[in-house]
Amino acid sequence: MTDSAWIDAALTSARPQAVGALLRYFRDLDTAEEAYQNACLRALKSWPQNGPPRDPAAWLIMVGRNVGIDEVRRSRKQEALPDDDQAISDLGDAEDALAERLDGSHYRDDILRLLFICCHPDLPATQQIALALRIVSGLSVKQIARAFLVSEAAMEQRITRAKARVADANVPFETPGAAERSERLASVAAMIYLIFNEGYSASGDTAEIRSPLCEEAIRLARLLLRLFQSEPEIMGLTALLLLQHARAAARFDAAGAVILLEDQDRGLWNQKEIAEGLALIDKAMRHRRTGPYQVQAAISALHARAEKPEDTDWIQIELLYGALEIMQPSPVVTLNRAVAVSKVRGPKAALEMIEPLAPRLQNYFHFYGVRGAFLMQLGRNEEARTAFDRAIALANTTAEAAHIRMHLDRLIRDSQCAGKDHAATTR
Amino acid sequence: MLYAILCYHDEDFVGSWSKEQDAAVMKKLAVVQDRLAKQGRLGPVARLLPTTAATTLRKEEPPLVLDGPYAETKEQLLGFYLVDCKNLDEALEVARDLGAANPGGAYEIRPVGVFAPGSMAT
Repeated sequence: MTDSAWIDAALTSARPQAVGALLRYFRDLDTAEEAYQNACLRALKSWPQNGPPRDPAAWLIMVGRNVGIDEVRRSRKQEALPDDDQAISDLGDAEDALAERLDGSHYRDDILRLLFICCHPDLPATQQIALALRIVSGLSVKQIARAFLVSEAAMEQRITRAKARVADANVPFETPGAAERSERLASVAAMIYLIFNEGYSASGDTAEIRSPLCEEAIRLARLLLRLFQSEPEIMGLTALLLLQHARAAARFDAAGAVILLEDQDRGLWNQKEIAEGLALIDKAMRHRRTGPYQVQAAISALHARAEKPEDTDWIQIELLYGALEIMQPSPVVTLNRAVAVSKVRGPKAALEMIEPLAPRLQNYFHFYGVRGAFLMQLGRNEEARTAFDRAIALANTTAEAAHIRMHLDRLIRDSQCAGKDHAATTR
Repeated sequence: MLYAILCYHDEDFVGSWSKEQDAAVMKKLAVVQDRLAKQGRLGPVARLLPTTAATTLRKEEPPLVLDGPYAETKEQLLGFYLVDCKNLDEALEVARDLGAANPGGAYEIRPVGVFAPGSMAT
């Protein structure tokens, strides 16, 4: 690896810890970020000459803190910030001392706080994600704008607005208590899942541009799990992301159209990610403290374990969706369970199950896709066509619409049909 | 004499390599490995899954299962096994049997991501 590639990787991996510590120290996001940027600039000068420091994060925190203090003094001409900011003459010694302190108590909560301020409940989901990618992951505004398919100026504005709101939110800087920590953990997990879905819900033509979001979400989930090693739901979340992402290479055809789970070339699934996901589920199960991420990961795992679509354990999947329905009642979960039911007990039972959902899902693309598929299997082609037309009208991406159109073409081709199912889960 | 060469690095750092960077490193390593393999000197090579996938069994009575990698520094790495297991429970069972035969210390149980059996004549 070249120097610059090496340094880039080191700065990326040190960033959450360094910005988190600087935020605790300066108690202001902009100051902390600026201090970190300055430290990075110095790293780019110093590291190629003097070799890499043993602990890049500790180096960046130390330098960032000193630079930040100077900046604050210069701009405000006031007393120094409270704390042990004695002049540090020998960076080596100081680095040792600091590294030791970092291993200790603050490290976890610094990173958790940094993630947590991005998921302020007043912020809409897209702003939470943008803020986290900017602050925690350190993606450039340009990179984020590209992933969101908006202009750089619009993204800049979105992030600035989000930051202003976060600054007013007064997130406490004291070490959180156990209950507070677990609340923060849950919000952060939800945000990481949002980042992933933002990337995963891309259509074929944008999948490549947006896949860095998925990869970043996995990196953050692993980071969180390393900090909270015994949290089964964080194991579940990480497993879920890995197992879904493992299918990435098989999800779209060359023209960018969606390929359903049962039609995917399973040889393209990433076995390494599957292995890691399965290992994490194994670990989580031992805790016997189930939760929505673990259940969803377990469903994904059953798909991953099936070498052929026919091998899929739909009975188990139906049970798991049933468990998820109890934890997180939602018509979308019921819709997914209905797909499993159609495999186990046939389309008639499945159709009866989803009919009552119609009023709540009347603007939901997948509802009509699934309904149309069930009707088609029952030979009720005229009704199926109506459902598919409605699905096309509600499609979020061109790939979704193209997929439904394929069903319609099939209906037109042969009025007698033995078509394929379509489901929200089977993407 | 057989030598084991154990790989240590910052996982965050390695984890933030891009796919291309990772592949480039692996390609360079493969050149060294191929040379050794042709000479019949290379034994099994394994790349382990991240420490987040690790479980540790403390060989106490009764044995204590902990999430995460082995973290103590007062004990030293003395050896390792590669065992084919269906799942974590099976691996823990093996570790418990080994631990009963040799109490004290700990085993870190880590799934293997990439495995090459090597070319060494046994």
